[in-house]
Amino acid sequence: MSPRGRAWLFVGGALGMALLLAWGLAGVPGSDVPLGRYAGLLADHAVAERHTTNVVIATAFDYRALDTLGEEFLLFVAAVGTTVLLRATREERDEERAARLDEQRGVATSDSLRALGTGLVGPTVVLGVYVTAHGQLTPGGGFQGGVVLAAALLAVYVAGTWLALRHVAPVSALELSEAVGAGGFVLVGIGGLLFAAVFLENFLPFGTKGDVLSGGMVPLANLAVGLEVAGAFGVILTELLDQIVLRRSASG
Amino acid sequence: MTALQVVALALVAAGGTAVVFTREPLAQAIVTGVFGLFLAILFMLFQAPDVALSQIVVGTVAVPAMVLLTLAKLRREDERE
Amino acid sequence: MTAVAYVVAVWLLLIGLYGAVTSRHLVHLVVCLTVAQSSTYVLLLAVGYRDGADAPIFADIPVGSPVVDPIVQALTLTDVVVEATVVALLLALTVQARKRFGTVDPDGIRELHG
Repeated sequence: MSPRGRAWLFVGGALGMALLLAWGLAGVPGSDVPLGRYAGLLADHAVAERHTTNVVIATAFDYRALDTLGEEFLLFVAAVGTTVLLRATREERDEERAARLDEQRGVATSDSLRALGTGLVGPTVVLGVYVTAHGQLTPGGGFQGGVVLAAALLAVYVAGTWLALRHVAPVSALELSEAVGAGGFVLVGIGGLLFAAVFLENFLPFGTKGDVLSGGMVPLANLAVGLEVAGAFGVILTELLDQIVLRRSASG
Repeated sequence: MTALQVVALALVAAGGTAVVFTREPLAQAIVTGVFGLFLAILFMLFQAPDVALSQIVVGTVAVPAMVLLTLAKLRREDERE
Repeated sequence: MTAVAYVVAVWLLLIGLYGAVTSRHLVHLVVCLTVAQSSTYVLLLAVGYRDGADAPIFADIPVGSPVVDPIVQALTLTDVVVEATVVALLLALTVQARKRFGTVDPDGIRELHG
């Protein structure tokens, strides 16, 4: 079938789908009804029960921690899959070639870019750690903080050389961080199994509301997820950068 | 639903359409970053700051960076042949 | 008026799928899929939104004041980050497809197999 024919067939199918979706969405209650029962319960009681002020993070890492465990392993598998796909095509690494290429690249990169990158790395790392640690108090948590930390790695590459990135964050360290994060979350769950007879039950003391160490296992889970997300994105970025740098060396 | 939210929704719809109809992948990466920011603004207006924070870091840092690195990789492949 | 949000969600889904169907470049296809993914975020948040309510973070508002639904936000926030990793996996597949088939045109790959 020709591309135009395919596009018209899709438009026909899309119209049907739009009608079905409109019919289905017409039955959803609007925004003036009170919250559903589960959501209402969480909004009213989560703060008092878990001593966290951020109900969304308490939901994600405590009440619905099983869903977050699934999402976390989705992330882990995707990062591992990316590594497998890109690493299979890598040729032999050669530090000398890489050093020569870094010199050439260093000449080409502008000074203002490198200064900006160097200046950004420190504050970005601090911001990432802050966002991860304060998930249970203010908007934030492991997922956001982990991506910010991975952005700090990107700033290292922009500011410096590829070799500098390898020295600051070798792939083995990133993979270790990713694995520790994924396993750490499961260990927290097993701790719930051992000490409270329910997997992923909150078994640590809750602390006082407003403290950094409140919410029982929520800070631990945040830390685990932050490590895992930072490791996963760091590994992905490093693999993609490896491909570019080494390919450049192979061709010229 | 306030007027501000309707404006944000319109911007998101326009941004999504722009992303799809920008056929050149390099330009599309930039438009995707902008679309991600519009989405983050929409999420903030829907009283979801956690989601907006996630969307900002992912949509402006992670996804455009990965797309640009992939395009650079594909261009190296072209130069090899 | 939440109907406007639902219309935008459906529009994003359909336009993203249209871009994927009529794409000529695998990277363009992957980015169109992210547009379709974002339609689910808009839909979830629209379902959870309540008029005149605040964010479900009780750091400075008293417990018991009306808030929007926290469950859909918990779902969406993990989803946003995880989908970015899936996009990375798709881009790695694109790189491999370029090696195997020599082209990034989806139509081109179809022809080589037939």
